[in-house]
Amino acid sequence: MLRVERLTKTYSTAAGPLTVLHEASFVLAAGASIAVVGPSGSGKTTLLGLCAGLDRATGGSVELAGERLDGLDEDARARVRNSSVGFVFQNFQLIPTLTALENVLVPLELRGESGCEGKGRALLERVGLTARADHYPVQLSGGEQQRVALARAFINSPKILFCDEPTGNLDGDTAESMVELIFGLNRERGTTLVLVTHNIELAGRCQRILRLKNGSVASDLPTRPAA
Amino acid sequence: MGFILNMAWRDSRASRRRLALCSLSVVLGIAALVSIGSFSANVRQAIDMEAKGLLGADLFVTSPAPLTAPVVDYIGALGGETAREQTFSSMMSFPAAGRLRLVQVHALEGAFPFYGRFETDPAGAADLLRKRGAVVILEPTLLAQFGLAPGDSVKLGRTTFRVAGSLRKVAGESPGVAMMAPRAYIPMGALAATGLSGPEALARFREMVRLPPGRDAEAIVRDMKERFSQLRLSFETVAERKRNLGQAIEHLDGFLSLVGFVALVLGGIGVASALHAYIRDKITTVAVLRCLGASARQSFAVYLVQGFALGLAGACLGGALGVAVQTALPALVKGILPLDIDFFVSWPALARGMGAGIVICLLFSLLPLVSVRRVPPLAALRSAVAERAAVSPDPWRLVIAFAIAAAVAGFAVWQTGSLAVGLGFAGMLGLGFLVLAGLGYAVAWAAQRFVPRRLPYVLRQGVANLHRPNNRTVLLLVSLGLGTFLVLTLFLARTTLLREIQGADAMGRPNLIFFDIQDDQIGPLEAAAAAAGSPVAERASIVTMRIASIRGKSVEDALREKGARVAAWALRREYRSTFRGRVSATEKVVQGRFTGRFDAGAGLVPISVEEGLARDMQLSLGDEVDWDVQGLAVRTRVGSIRHVEWRRLEPNFFVVFPEGVLEGAPKTYLAAVHAASPADSARVQRAVVDLFPNVTAIDLSLVVQTLDGIFSKVAFAIEFMALFTVVTGLVVLAGAILAGRHQRIRETVLLRTLGATRRQLALIELFEYAVLGIQAAVVGGLLAMAGNGLLARYVFHVPAAMPAGQIVAAVAIVSALAVATGLLASRGVVDHPPLEALRQET
Repeated sequence: MLRVERLTKTYSTAAGPLTVLHEASFVLAAGASIAVVGPSGSGKTTLLGLCAGLDRATGGSVELAGERLDGLDEDARARVRNSSVGFVFQNFQLIPTLTALENVLVPLELRGESGCEGKGRALLERVGLTARADHYPVQLSGGEQQRVALARAFINSPKILFCDEPTGNLDGDTAESMVELIFGLNRERGTTLVLVTHNIELAGRCQRILRLKNGSVASDLPTRPAA
Repeated sequence: MGFILNMAWRDSRASRRRLALCSLSVVLGIAALVSIGSFSANVRQAIDMEAKGLLGADLFVTSPAPLTAPVVDYIGALGGETAREQTFSSMMSFPAAGRLRLVQVHALEGAFPFYGRFETDPAGAADLLRKRGAVVILEPTLLAQFGLAPGDSVKLGRTTFRVAGSLRKVAGESPGVAMMAPRAYIPMGALAATGLSGPEALARFREMVRLPPGRDAEAIVRDMKERFSQLRLSFETVAERKRNLGQAIEHLDGFLSLVGFVALVLGGIGVASALHAYIRDKITTVAVLRCLGASARQSFAVYLVQGFALGLAGACLGGALGVAVQTALPALVKGILPLDIDFFVSWPALARGMGAGIVICLLFSLLPLVSVRRVPPLAALRSAVAERAAVSPDPWRLVIAFAIAAAVAGFAVWQTGSLAVGLGFAGMLGLGFLVLAGLGYAVAWAAQRFVPRRLPYVLRQGVANLHRPNNRTVLLLVSLGLGTFLVLTLFLARTTLLREIQGADAMGRPNLIFFDIQDDQIGPLEAAAAAAGSPVAERASIVTMRIASIRGKSVEDALREKGARVAAWALRREYRSTFRGRVSATEKVVQGRFTGRFDAGAGLVPISVEEGLARDMQLSLGDEVDWDVQGLAVRTRVGSIRHVEWRRLEPNFFVVFPEGVLEGAPKTYLAAVHAASPADSARVQRAVVDLFPNVTAIDLSLVVQTLDGIFSKVAFAIEFMALFTVVTGLVVLAGAILAGRHQRIRETVLLRTLGATRRQLALIELFEYAVLGIQAAVVGGLLAMAGNGLLARYVFHVPAAMPAGQIVAAVAIVSALAVATGLLASRGVVDHPPLEALRQET
């Protein structure tokens, strides 16, 4: 599902080129899950952005759901994201002017699909927000916003889900129920999961842990099977 | 497309008020264009509908001398109907009020007007003119000024006339012609008895002709011009009147539209500025959309739709307001145009104004909107990425800036109908923007460098807002500064011109001029004036003459010359020249040497020619001009060329002869006196005119009042349009403040959290807007003073008036308006509880 080969990202700075990711490689099969961990500045978010086609690599390649991203222009990568990728961000990133239901439906509407309200409501019900469908993000708590974001991530039946610190802004109990939802939905729908986190316990629920250090892959080890 | 429209609609939910305010920036500019355009269409239609009534006849044949028998016979042979008019200026006496006033006498014979109406109050008074009684119909201003009613008496020359009524409207005449001297219509049959129809009356003789059906007035004019080329005839046809009036309306329309367009462009800048802040707040939303699979084009289109909707809303509101303003315009031009104007909405004008508004709004919206294309999806993960993308150079911005410049220049060329004038206007506008923007940057820079640290905190904080990120210094200077500049320049230019003319009174210069004084009258007149307490301060002899030949060519040959560049008016006219031994206070010799005395037999007589006339006649020093001085030939050469200040309403002449040449010629005199008060003026006028009814007086203080009236009307129309610019500036200011309101609330909340009191916060705001408002007003005021100085020096050629009190008052008013608008727009910012703002952050 995801093949990453010798992936490198270098920025030009006033002080000269700065390599934030250096020749990272790994392969992730369909339905598998991987946690990317490492200290701040180790290149986790950069790796996530490159794998999801949010940015262009300086070197190496990414093959996502059978498509080589490095050969695609920005609009083509947007189509790949829309058809195959789901996102969950640390700071939720809901569109403040849309209701919970409208936020969930955006990926489908982008494809020109209409009449999907039922699907959206079903997903909101699945994350326990039936009564909050018509609320705006500002009217929702942090945990509720993240659940809306999760419903939005699954609305287009993605082949792969990218989560960037999905529980980073949530308290313990809320975070726990969020984790249950992520892994539950992942299991139900057979989605591949890439999870960036500082949280070792959360990382432990994935099948593998990829550890980054100073922009390079320090280790890529299996954990016990996900619960 | 469905997604784009849906998303544009939903995304605007929380910002509709903000977007609506943003659209208000262009409303006034569009309203100005629509009202002017639609009103011009009303006027054009009135011109078409009343075409024949504009002249009252098919043809006017006018001459400065009684029409000769061959001309009268020719007109008679045309087979139509004719009427006759003799027009001249004379003093009218109002016995009941014991006052005199210069009037324009129209002695009328025949059934004129043939088309349109001669409207009077009471109705039907005009019929009395066709009988032989001594009746007069007067301008309503005269009735009002001297408290007259129909049936009262007035005296003209030796005859006492009964007032039959007042004029309402005469087909073929513009009420504007009565501004210098009010009209008095009398029957032609009553003229001889007044004793005013002698050769000394500077009269105009006119035959008004109604042609039989099928006769072409233009062809007749061509034939008459050929047949009577040696006579000084002038002609006017309906088509020509229509053309002239249409052109005048077009020029006024073009000029006012340009003033309105400045407001629209200013509004466009306001839109760009407000959308810039709006888009900055939307970067995360765009990044999320990109993450979810929206293409750059889709996300750009979402905001483009909003920009277009904003322009459309502004255009609709502007169109509606424009139509409302249009209903008020006929009252503004009442008394200037000779037409009854029916109100109707001109749909093409409405479409043009709204179209211009949408195009300008959209073009200016594109400037901030193009950055949406460059928001990378990664910005959802890292905000710094968006910042980097925002500051990276984008060639499309240059393309859009070029398109804006092209649109502004294109509109200006279209409105003025001249490439050079249109491009000049657009260039000046661009330069004005650049100067103001440059000043804005300079002020922001200076605020950062030169604010002493010893100042109180609230003052420093207020001043610091001038240079902080997202400041409004440049925007405000451009918008409010430009508005102040326009309005104040117009105001100062008007004051400059009026001061120049009013100088007559203020500096003890003559303010009452008697003319048409005969040779034997000048002595007794001087004595009478002195006895009445206002002695003659200056007198000039006037000798009427015509040009016989110029540089050896007869006038007829010079007129016939193909491609001749000598102005026909200058060759044909009757000159009223003087002779004296020195240049007067209102003149300056610019070429050659003025000769004050000429001794017979010393060759050609050296004359002094006014520079404008010399230019029109292509005369240079030494050129020979032969004159026909009432039958006597006088050979002269151009000895000097003078600059004459015509605006100083004093006796001025095109041609001045030296002493020793014209003393023996038949001449009249002109005498100027200084009357200290209106009562003195009335006394001396009465003394002189009672003695010599043929003598005419012009009271310059009345002329000044009249000119002030004309200036006021024209200036009001222009200031009305310029006011749209000032109000647009205030709307743009309010829009900019509201656009940055979110950020301001966050700052205020932080300051409150750190212990700032409400009073401190309010003072910071007050200082900020006061500094912004004062600097915009001061810069606008300084530019207006510079503009007025340049206009005075290079256009009006007079010293510029800089009324300090009025300038300070204008600057104070604009500053106060800016402060009031600023405080009003940011009302409630300090009331937000910190918790609410912090919650919005999450």
